[in-house]
Amino acid sequence: METILGIDLPTLWFLVIGGLITGYGVLDGFDLGAGSLHLFFNKEESRRIALNAIGPVWDGNEVWLVISGGALFAGFPLVYGTILSTFYVPFMLFLVALIFRAISIEFRSKETMAWWRKMWDISYMVSSTLITLLLGLILGNLIHGLPFNEKHEFTGNLLSFFNPYSILIAFTTLSLFMLHGAIYLVMKTENRLYAKLTIMVNNCSKFFILCFILASMSTLIYIPHMTDQFKEYPWLFALPLLAVLTVLNIKRNIDNRKYFTAFVFSSCITAMLLILFAIGLYPNIIISTTDPANSISIYHAASSPKALRIMLLIAAIGTPLVLGYTIFVFWTFRGKVKLNEMSY
Amino acid sequence: MPSVEILSRIQFAFTIAFHYIYPPLSIGLGLCLVIMEGMYLRTGIKMYEDITRFWIKIFALIFGIGVATGIVMEFEFGTNWAVYSRYVGDIFGSALAAEGIFAFALESGFLGILLFGWNRVSKGVHFFSTIMVAMGSIFSALWIVIANSWQQTPTGYIIEGEGLEARAIITDFWEMVFNPSSVDRFSHVIIGSFLAGSFLVMSVAAWYIVKKRFVEPAKAMFKVGLCVATVAALAQLFTGHRSAHYVSEYQPAKLAAMEGHYDSSAVAAMYIVGWVDAKSGKTTGIKIPGGLSFLTHGSFNAPVTGLNAFPGTERPSAVNFVFQTYHIMISIGMFLIALTLTACFLLWKKKLFSQKWLMTIFIWAVLLPQIANQAGWYAAEVGRQPWVVYGLLRTSDALSKEVKAEQVVFSLVLFSLVYTLLLVLFLYLLNKKIVHGPEMTPNEEDDSDEFSKRNIKQLQA
Ligand code: HDD
Ligand code: HEM
Ligand code: HEM
Repeated sequence: METILGIDLPTLWFLVIGGLITGYGVLDGFDLGAGSLHLFFNKEESRRIALNAIGPVWDGNEVWLVISGGALFAGFPLVYGTILSTFYVPFMLFLVALIFRAISIEFRSKETMAWWRKMWDISYMVSSTLITLLLGLILGNLIHGLPFNEKHEFTGNLLSFFNPYSILIAFTTLSLFMLHGAIYLVMKTENRLYAKLTIMVNNCSKFFILCFILASMSTLIYIPHMTDQFKEYPWLFALPLLAVLTVLNIKRNIDNRKYFTAFVFSSCITAMLLILFAIGLYPNIIISTTDPANSISIYHAASSPKALRIMLLIAAIGTPLVLGYTIFVFWTFRGKVKLNEMSY
Repeated sequence: MPSVEILSRIQFAFTIAFHYIYPPLSIGLGLCLVIMEGMYLRTGIKMYEDITRFWIKIFALIFGIGVATGIVMEFEFGTNWAVYSRYVGDIFGSALAAEGIFAFALESGFLGILLFGWNRVSKGVHFFSTIMVAMGSIFSALWIVIANSWQQTPTGYIIEGEGLEARAIITDFWEMVFNPSSVDRFSHVIIGSFLAGSFLVMSVAAWYIVKKRFVEPAKAMFKVGLCVATVAALAQLFTGHRSAHYVSEYQPAKLAAMEGHYDSSAVAAMYIVGWVDAKSGKTTGIKIPGGLSFLTHGSFNAPVTGLNAFPGTERPSAVNFVFQTYHIMISIGMFLIALTLTACFLLWKKKLFSQKWLMTIFIWAVLLPQIANQAGWYAAEVGRQPWVVYGLLRTSDALSKEVKAEQVVFSLVLFSLVYTLLLVLFLYLLNKKIVHGPEMTPNEEDDSDEFSKRNIKQLQA
């Protein structure tokens, strides 16, 4: 099989998609999390500041989802089709929630009536939370595995998705994004709102640590296939250890009010959890609980080597450009939020 | 209950048609914004800045809904057309990935600066961002149209595997990109978008002129719109003709449906208006005899392949629908040419803005490019049936196997409700913004203008 730098093409593309999804988690994670916290701010001004903190960047963040979806379609069309059609109803709700979230941000400021703003505030918080929970639920089910027959067709029903493990992962994702979002907001605010947020960050970190412990334990106990790779390559155990250290570091930086560093670490933990998850799955992407032979591996699902090579080239040209202007945009809007006549 | 196939097709058609209200406006307005802001930078006249800011706000509204509905489209391939996704992933995927990386990231990245950056970056950087957003939206149209054109005229691939395992494998990227229809269709789609955007600008401007509000800025907007629209309307005839030409070569069954032509041994007419009776295979209406023969073979008395030459399973069944949508588009195209040329002539005579009747037409004409855009897609996509990938994969084979009819009914009802709400809110807010009008900077203000004065008071307050 053709390799680049000693890595075969499907694995390489698996890494690229993993990288894109990580980018999505790190970037959209904080604005989704900020959304889930929205109604905890009571004053109109606080809500506007919180909204404008993500105002110029959330749309660009969401593009990482679009790119991840496109990359999955391109690299592993079979997986793309199978995941989306299997999770038909969750994905439809997810899409509707994305729509509501986009228009809540956009429409809220367009009228001054209190009921109007309140309505969009609720819609914004509910949709942000629902998106996060659904992402977590889908992720949890992918780790857990689902019943597939030998034609890779899903044989379960809607209730199959609501197993305790996946629900736990859904809430872990929520707690992670809320923490990530709270840290982001604390960096962008000042005065009373800042003071309020420092308390919220603290609570979020407790919520996250609780979920993190529960999720790690249940994975170790109930999901044996996640640790198969670790038994084969024991040095991989460094990763979960690193993850624990990172979590402790977030806590320490929060306690010391070093929020930028805390944000860097909460980004790292998002990435690490996704990496652990990817290692656990590899080389499969979809795990069948009926018979391991019905699982879909990256080798089975990959596009042709030629297509993968073309797209690696596209990614190699495109990613630096995207990173370039993402950094440029974040740099342009650095510093604390100030409201003006163009704000939401 | 209707079959999963019918439901999925309805859902796809509904969601894409709804999505396609917004992209053409974004693309067309993007160009108008670049021109307006460019004029501001060149002349330094404040009024141009004010109208640019005004249109940026409207742009943001349209763009936002375009993005929200577009994400639905991307995932719908996987949810409802899983077999199709597997079949074309090798090829379609490259185009979609390129679109995400090169286009969406560009537009969404710089959008933040376009909307919120006035006080944060220099004028030059802001103008640059405007250009990047406009280019991003054009690039995204480029890639998605390439992908769709490949479905119409596939090239640069081989088929690997058999039966259910079959799929298209890319052999030549550039051959895939430059498939026989992509260049013509891309130019046709982009120009259609320029028409949609420029007619929106003119519609709003004409309304201000009729209402005698913001008269000076409205005239400036109108001229920008008219410039774009006139060139685009003329160019659209040319690119449309090119499209018809490739259709005649690569999709003869579609062309026959567009003109309701059944009998292969006969000379084919071109209809101005008409009606197809698909049962008897008869088409009646006002026609140019031999017109289609001339278009396809360059001669008024050459026979053209008709629908009868194709077995029932290899030609579109909704012939009258294809015929009508195709003719609506062309009639609108012709009308837009006449309309824009008349306006240009009157502008040159310095009589344009006092013609109330013409301004009233322009207020409503914003609907025409929209209708033509929708109709054009319907003609192209329904005319492609029963194939989803022309000649390779049938629509009925392209569905997701696991998805049940109830699930599609669920999502269809959900989208119908949400999109209705979305449309109502969109129109309400758009209307509100238009009624409110641009915030004019004091010294450039039109003195006779009540509303501007009020705006200024608000600004100063
Ligand atoms: C002629 C152009 C055109 C056509 C035929 C389509 N789109 Fe579209 N799309 C755009 C032109 C566009 C755009 C101009 O780039 C949008 C619309 C408004 C906007 O903000 O970006 C956009 C937005 C948009 C987005 C959101 C991007 C973001 O997050 O910024 C997605 C995922 C898609 N589209 C996907 C699709 C798919 C899968 C289509 C086909 C089935 C499709 N679009 C047809
Ligand atoms: C370029 C991107 C597009 C792609 C990849 C695409 C692909 C498809 C697919 C997969 C279907 C469903 C299968 C079928 O019924 O043939 C479809 C149907 C359809 N599409 Fe497109 N389409 C695109 C753009 C559009 C746009 C912009 C419109 C605008 C209105 C449109 C109008 C339709 C309609 C009306 C149908 C239903 C036709 C029918 O089922 O009879 N398409 N297209
Ligand atoms: C003036 C005469 C026009 C002619 C001769 C013409 C011709 C055509 C033809 C032959 C197609 C089908 C291409 C295919 O099946 O793939 C088409 C599609 C289309 N037309 Fe037109 N057209 C005209 C005007 C317009 C106008 C004024 C608009 C919009 C403002 C428009 C928008 C579209 C769109 C969006 C499509 C679908 C995309 C595509 O397939 O290219 N057309 N046109």
